[in-house]
Formats: sequence, structure tokens, C-alpha cells
Amino acid sequence: MMDIAAIVESLKAQPGALLPMLHAIQDQLGHVPAAAVPLIATALNRSEAEIHGAIGAYHHFRREPGGGTTLRICRGEACQARGADAVANHARDRLGCDFHQTTADGTITLEPVFCLGLCASGPAVLVDEAGLHAGVTPAGLDALIHAARGQT
Amino acid sequence: MTITVYIPADSAAIAQGADRVAAALTAEAGRRGVAIRLIRNGSRGMFWLEPLVEVVTAAGRIGFGPVAAGDVPALFDADFLNGGGHRLNLGVVDDLPWLCRQDRLTFARVGITDPLSPDDYLAHGGLAGLRAALGADIVQTVIDSGLRGRGGAAFPTGIKWRTTRDAAAAQKYVVCNADEGDSGTFADRLLMEGDPFLLLEGMAIAGLAVGASEGFIYIRSEYPRAFEVMNQAVTIATGLGWLGDDVLGAGRAFRVRVRKGAGSYVCGEETALLESLEGNRPVVRAKPPLPAISGLFGQPTIVNNVVTLATVPVILARGAECYREFGTGRSRGTLALQLAGNVRHGGLMEKAFGLTLAELIDDFGGGTASGRPLRAVQVGGPLGAYLPPSLLDTPLDYEAFAARGATLGHGGVVVFDGGVDMARQARFAMEFCAIESCGKCTPCRIGSTRGVEIIDRIVADKDAGRIALLRELCEVMQGASLCAMGGMTPIPVLSALEHFAEDFQS
Repeated sequence: MMDIAAIVESLKAQPGALLPMLHAIQDQLGHVPAAAVPLIATALNRSEAEIHGAIGAYHHFRREPGGGTTLRICRGEACQARGADAVANHARDRLGCDFHQTTADGTITLEPVFCLGLCASGPAVLVDEAGLHAGVTPAGLDALIHAARGQT
Repeated sequence: MTITVYIPADSAAIAQGADRVAAALTAEAGRRGVAIRLIRNGSRGMFWLEPLVEVVTAAGRIGFGPVAAGDVPALFDADFLNGGGHRLNLGVVDDLPWLCRQDRLTFARVGITDPLSPDDYLAHGGLAGLRAALGADIVQTVIDSGLRGRGGAAFPTGIKWRTTRDAAAAQKYVVCNADEGDSGTFADRLLMEGDPFLLLEGMAIAGLAVGASEGFIYIRSEYPRAFEVMNQAVTIATGLGWLGDDVLGAGRAFRVRVRKGAGSYVCGEETALLESLEGNRPVVRAKPPLPAISGLFGQPTIVNNVVTLATVPVILARGAECYREFGTGRSRGTLALQLAGNVRHGGLMEKAFGLTLAELIDDFGGGTASGRPLRAVQVGGPLGAYLPPSLLDTPLDYEAFAARGATLGHGGVVVFDGGVDMARQARFAMEFCAIESCGKCTPCRIGSTRGVEIIDRIVADKDAGRIALLRELCEVMQGASLCAMGGMTPIPVLSALEHFAEDFQS
């Protein structure tokens, strides 16, 4: 909680501070906990409903903790044209969970993403915030899953 | 003698292993006691050749690609640092047909320079546009150039700027829309990662033109590298006085802030983007008022796409006439085409308007990646039409596309082979709209969900009778939606029905 209060305080003077606050909180804690909402609302002189409404509009923000690693598989048309559906189906089978869900062992959260800008070299996958991978095959995805679980 | 080697740090190159190649190259050079100077450039936009390693030789920059980390020892054995023969040797990169047939005006430096080196920027003509702008009638020059918004709406840029310039307000804003959400597009990303100072120069010119002292760049969270590079570029440019309280010592202020989006396609719509920047739920605003008059925080604001803003410096540096000479009809200048999907040679191709789709896909793209015949091409992102092979003679210009019920959008061209199921693509268009709709207007919010259901029934029940209902729904969405999200989602659906009717019947 101290972290959230400090983040909110440090950013509240920025014009349009909400988005930078939400990013800073999620970067720090991995999600935006419900306890953050009243703190943000008070700092920005907005209602809690407005803050909830804004958080809910963005796919990037999550309200509950995710798995240790987030795998985002591109679902855009350009990746579809290069076999992304097969990769997505393989991911669901292999992880035993659907999109927006976390594996039973809590290690991996599977999310869709609509375009990583790697459209000439798909299927594309983003691991956590910055791990970009192109030309991902089902076998290549297995390697990413192994790496995420600390296996080789 | 130290030899200069370039390895891109562009996302597309990194996603294909460029960091591993750079590490292997540095290690191998150390092992062999060879002095190299490694520069991480942007991408030349030839993604099938990434990671593309370039070596500076007396004959020019010799390319090797695609290079894997495992190729590195063999490259040294083949004396690649002196342009030695190797199966990956591509010859002089500037002479490759993909590059030498382009008209690179906006992307002239991308892939050539060190993106965050101010010296490199200046050595390659950087700031010439901003310096020329200081004594020029900027708005008139941009109007005369014929530049239209490259984000997709193709509105004349100079006219938008004139509106904001003529609006009286103490505070005005320049907002760069870098929420490049269309699948099949990456021009904005390539430019921000490969030549970030150019975008800042364009924004500073825009600020001078309209009397704005504050700028925002709104970059999608799916582009972590572009966000990082632009932030560094702003810090460097501000430190050098290219931005800040006294731009180039001319007595005018222009400051830039970089903001990160959070995974919302509709934020690419300018009014939803403004709501997001203000810290509100990103919901589309009704227009009027135009953002040019009442935009960010209610103040006059120009919202332009990355490529639009990054094209302004070359117009100011070389003159409106020079830019106008490129292109055809009312589509003047160059278009940054992004060839993607199931295509053998995909990447960024900047060319004067007027090339046909077939020339782009066959001559530049080399056909499909799978080798199977091409079946459909989607131009202009998720809201763009699916075109059959018989329409590939369509010239790439705004009016020619509009005449065929299609749109150029942001210049993304996604190729599909015979494996594509067009009823499924139509369903995806509706599903995507349902996921990404901001929810403010009913035709988009509800219509897209009903659209998914109707297409499911058409396919499952083999009930072609419902096609008339689907067309009716599309008409409502096109006519009654508040913005392009709901208003243009019918374009891929109707084009699929029109050109690929058999996929809805079997």
C-alpha cells in the first residue's frame, strides 16, 4: 500500500496522470489491486467509478495477479495468415488453459494481443513486457514455455 | 583498422535474434583479436533478411542476412569484415532491388543511421526542415505539398493545421498518434525505433506552425522498444536545445512528453486517444467540435499520425513542389506501404502513390510465403476490404481504393493464400469490433456482437437466407456508428461477401 500511495503522490501533478499511474502501479506490483482505486480517485478528484471504468477499458491492465510470466500471442490478421491460429491452439492445449487464464501451476498467464508490429514475420509472441519473438512455431512456443518455467 | 558493423536493434530484427547475433559477433571478434565498431541501427525494412548484418567497406555497406548466431564463426572465416564471399552475402545493400526501386523520403535515414546519435542525424540532413521552418509560412507549405494524413483518414494535413493556427487560445497542443493498432502495419514503429529525432523534428515544426508549446506522443504498450527509444530521444533532443523552452535558439518553446497506451484499439481513434491522454475512460467523442478547435483538455489540438508528422521535415527542407512531384491525382507524395502476412518478402516499402497492388505483391513481395496461390489481400488494417486476385490491378491511391469500396488506411497490405476461410475472416472482423468497441454507440457495441452471431448461423446452418440480414446490419453500422470502428467494420465483412461468397455457402 505504501508503494501505491507513493506512486500516486509522485505522479498526480502530471496532466492526465491516470494512465501513467496505472502503468507505474502495474509495473511495480504486477496488477492494479482494488485498494489502489480509492487512492487514485482521491488524488485525482474523481469518483471511484470513473477510475474503475477507465481501468476496465484497457486490455493491458489486470486487477488480479497473473502468472509468473505472461505469454501474449498475436491474434491479428497478418499473423493469422502465417499460421498463428495453430500456435494459439497449441498454447491452449499445452498450457491447459484458455486466453485470459493462468496455468494451474501459476507459472504462465496466456493473453491475446492484437498486433506487435511484426506482421511480415509472424506468428509473433511477446513474453512479459519486452521479450519479442517472431516466426514462432508450435515447437518454438514449447521452448518459450519451458524457459518461462525455468526448464531447459 | 577498426571496421564498422551494423546490426539492427529494431523490434523485428530483435524478435528474429539480432541481439544474439550482436553478442556472438562481439565475442567472436574479441576471440580473434579483431577490432570492430558495432552500431545498432534501425531496420532497412526487409524483414525476410533480418537479422541483417552490414559491414562498411570501400565498395559500400555490404549486407549479410538473415544471420543466425551460429553463422558468426563461418562469417569471420569467410572474411566478411572485408565483404568476403559467403552464402549469406547479399552484396551492396543500397543496390538491392527492394531498396533501390523505392522513393525513400520519410524513411530516408531509417536503417542507415544510429537512431539515437544526434551527430549521425545532423550528418544525414537532420534538422534541415526545422531550420527552414523558422522563416517559412509552414501551414501554406504543408497545404501546397498536398500531404494528407497517413494514419488512415487521409485528411489534408495543412488544412487541419490552419484550423488550429487560426483558433485563439493561450494553450494549444500537438498530439502524435502512435497507437498503430492495425494488424499488418508497422511503419510508425519502424520510424520511431529507427529515426526518432525525425518525429520530434516534425512535431516541433507542427508546434511552430500552429502556436503550440506542448506535445504528446501516445505510443501503444505493444511497442515497448519504440516507447523506450522515443523517451531517450526526447531526453537527448531536449538536452541539445532541439526541444524545450527555446527551440534552436529561436525564442519559441516546444516540449514533448511520451505516454504509453494500454492495449485498446479504439485509442487509435483521435478523440478516444485524447480521452485516454486526459485520464478518462477512452470513449469516442462526438464531432463536432473538431479536435483542431477543441481537443486535448478542451484546447485547440492537432492530432497527426507518426508518418504524417515525420514527413513534414522533408517537405520544409526540400519544398512543397518537390514533394508534390511524387504521386498521382489527389494522392501526392509517397506512401509507406507495409507488406505483411503470407508474403515471401515482407517489410516496409516507401513509394510514390500509383503503384498497383499486383506490382507491390509480385515485384516486391515475390508472391506468397507458402508458395500457394494468393487468394485474398486485406488492405488498410482490420477495417479494410478483402480484395480478390482480380482486383490486384487497383492502383495504390486514395481515390482508386475508395472507388472500389476499399480504403488504403495506414498502408498495411496483408496477403492470404488459399488456406484462408473468408467467412471466418468476416466473423473475425465483427468479433474484433465487439472486443474493441468503446461501447458509446449502439450500432458498434451491439451490432458487432449480433454480426458474430449471424455469421455463425450462416455457417452452421448453411442458412444463406440470413445474408440479407447481415447486409442490413452492416448498413446500420456504417450509417449510424459514431466513429470508424463501427462504421468501417462492415467493409471487410461486405467485401468478403462480395468477392468470396462461396465461403459462406459451403
